[in-house]
Amino acid sequence: MEKEILRLLMDNARMPAEEIAARLGVSAAEVAAAIKKLEVTNVIKGYTAVVNEESLDENRVMAIIEVKVTPQREGGFDYVAKRISKFPEVSEVYLVSGGYDLRIEVNGHNLNEVALFVSSKLSTIDGVISTVTHFLLKKYKEAGKIIHDEEEYERLKVSP
Amino acid sequence: MKDSKSVRSKNRVAEHIKTVPKSGIRDFFELVNGVKGVVSLGIGEPDFVTPWRIREAAIYSMEKGQTSYTSNLGLLSLRKNICNYVAVNYGVNYRPENECIVTVGVSEALDLIMRAVINPGDEVIYHEPCYVSYKAEITMAHGVPVAVETHEEDGFALDPDELEKKITPKTKMIVLNFPCNPTGATLTLEQKQRIAEIAVKHDLLVISDEIYSELTYENATASIASLPGMRDRTIFLHGFSKAFAMTGFRIGYACGPEDLIDAMMKIHQYSMLCAAITAQRAAEEALISGTPDMERMKEEYRQRRNVIVKRMNEIGLPCMMPKGAFYVFPRIRDTGMKSMEFATRLLNEQKVAVVPGTAFGPCGEGYVRCSYASSMDEIIEATDKIEKFIKSL
Ligand SMILES: Cc1ncc(COP(=O)(O)O)c(C=O)c1O
Repeated sequence: MEKEILRLLMDNARMPAEEIAARLGVSAAEVAAAIKKLEVTNVIKGYTAVVNEESLDENRVMAIIEVKVTPQREGGFDYVAKRISKFPEVSEVYLVSGGYDLRIEVNGHNLNEVALFVSSKLSTIDGVISTVTHFLLKKYKEAGKIIHDEEEYERLKVSP
Repeated sequence: MKDSKSVRSKNRVAEHIKTVPKSGIRDFFELVNGVKGVVSLGIGEPDFVTPWRIREAAIYSMEKGQTSYTSNLGLLSLRKNICNYVAVNYGVNYRPENECIVTVGVSEALDLIMRAVINPGDEVIYHEPCYVSYKAEITMAHGVPVAVETHEEDGFALDPDELEKKITPKTKMIVLNFPCNPTGATLTLEQKQRIAEIAVKHDLLVISDEIYSELTYENATASIASLPGMRDRTIFLHGFSKAFAMTGFRIGYACGPEDLIDAMMKIHQYSMLCAAITAQRAAEEALISGTPDMERMKEEYRQRRNVIVKRMNEIGLPCMMPKGAFYVFPRIRDTGMKSMEFATRLLNEQKVAVVPGTAFGPCGEGYVRCSYASSMDEIIEATDKIEKFIKSL
C-alpha cells in the first residue's frame, strides 16, 4: 500500500487522503497514518508545485552548471557537494559520471544574480576546479509533467 | 423525366439486414449529442491516449515509408509476437504461419468467424446482457441468435446449466465474452470447465472474445481455449483496443485451428485484404514493450473501480464489484424507472450520460452501464450528480 500511496502522491501531491483511501479500498485514517509515517521517516522529504514560470510576470532565470571538483582524501565529493547544497539559490545537486563531477541547478531573478553566484560563491569554494554555466531558454517537461499545452482531443461521448 | 426516387424498388435492402435493429447505443448517442456540457460514463473505450512508445512506433514506420499492403494474414513478425504473447499469457500454442490472422479490430474477426462457419439456420448461443454486436453479427451471417440470460445473483456469470438447456440439434457455436461488456463479469475456472465439457459433449464451436482479459483485477483464470479438448474447437479473439488503449488503430486478431483460420482468411482476403500496416507495426510495439504502460493503466482502472462501486452503493444503486473490464452495471430498478427513462432523465436533469442496460439485451432492463474508463474527476463529478438525481426523485 505504501508504494502505491507514494506513486499517487508523486503524481499529485495534493490528492486527498479520502480519495487515496477510496482508490485503494482502505480507510482514510489508514492512509493518513501511512503518509504520516512516510513523512516522519523522511521517505517523503516535502511537497512542491510544478510551475510554468513563463506564465508568471516575475523575472526568473535558471541555469544548469557543470562543476569539476577535486575529490577530498576523505569524503570524496561529498564535502563540496554538501557545501554547495546549502545555498538557497541552488535547487538541485547531483554527482554524475562523465566529463564533469557535479551537475547543479541554480535559480535567480536575472543573469547578473546567477553570474555573481557562480563567480563569487561557487568558483571560490576550495576544491572547485572549473564551472560551465548553461542558462535555460525554455522548459518542456519537469518532474514528469509536460509543461507546454497540448491540444486536447475529445472522444465520442457514448460508444459501445 | 421521372424522379429517380419514384422508380426505386421497395426491396432495395436485403430482408435479413432490414430486420437487424440499429445499435441501442447509437440511439442514445444521438440523444447525448444534443445536450451540452455532459459528463459521460457512457464511453466504451479507454480515456488514455495510446502510450507514446506505441504511437512513436507507428510514426517511425510511416517515416520509413512502410505504407504498403502486408500479407493477408498480417505481418509474420507481428503474428509471431502474437502467438508468443498468447502462449505465455493464455497457455495455448498457435502456429504463426497458419493458426493466426490479424484483423481490423476484434470486430472484423467476429464477423469473419460468423460468416466462415454459419450455415443458414444454424443456431448460435450467446449470453445477455452482452456486447451489442453479437446478435447482429449472427443474424447478418444468416444464423439464428439464441440468448441465454445472465443474472445479478450469479454475478452475471453464464450458468452452464442454463446454457445447456438452450442447445438443440441446430446449435453450432457458443459465444463467450468474459470479462464481459457491459457487466464486468468473469467466469470461474470451474464454470469454464463445465462449459468446455458441454461444448465437447455436443460438438460445438466456441468463440472466446477475450478483449478485456488483461483487465482482470482478481483471480484471473485460464482461457477456455487451454482446457482439455478445446483448442481444436475454440476461436480465440483478442485485440489491442482495450488493454493497450488502441481503439482507433483498429487492430485485433484471431487464433484457432488451421481450417477455421483458413476459412476466415478467405473472407478477409477478398473483403479487407489486410489490416493497416501502420496499425500492425504499432501493435507489434505494444506486444514487445507495452506491458509496463498497460499495467499502469490497469492499476488506475482498478482504483477507479473501487471508487465508483463504493459511490454507487452509497447512493443507493446496488452494484457488484466487477472482477474485470472497465464497466459497472448498477441496478436502478428500485427507483421504479425503466433503464431508458432513468438514463434519459439523468441526462436531461443532471447532464450525466450512462448507457441503458437494454442496449445490451432485453434482460439488461433495470440496469445501466457506467464506464470507469473516465478520469477520476469525471467519475466523482458524475456520481455526485447521480446522487443529486436520486435524492430529487
Ligand atoms: C466485448 C467486445 N468485443 C469486441 C469489441 C470491439 O473491439 P475492436 O475495437 O477490437 O473492434 C468491443 C468494443 O467495445 C467489445 O466491448
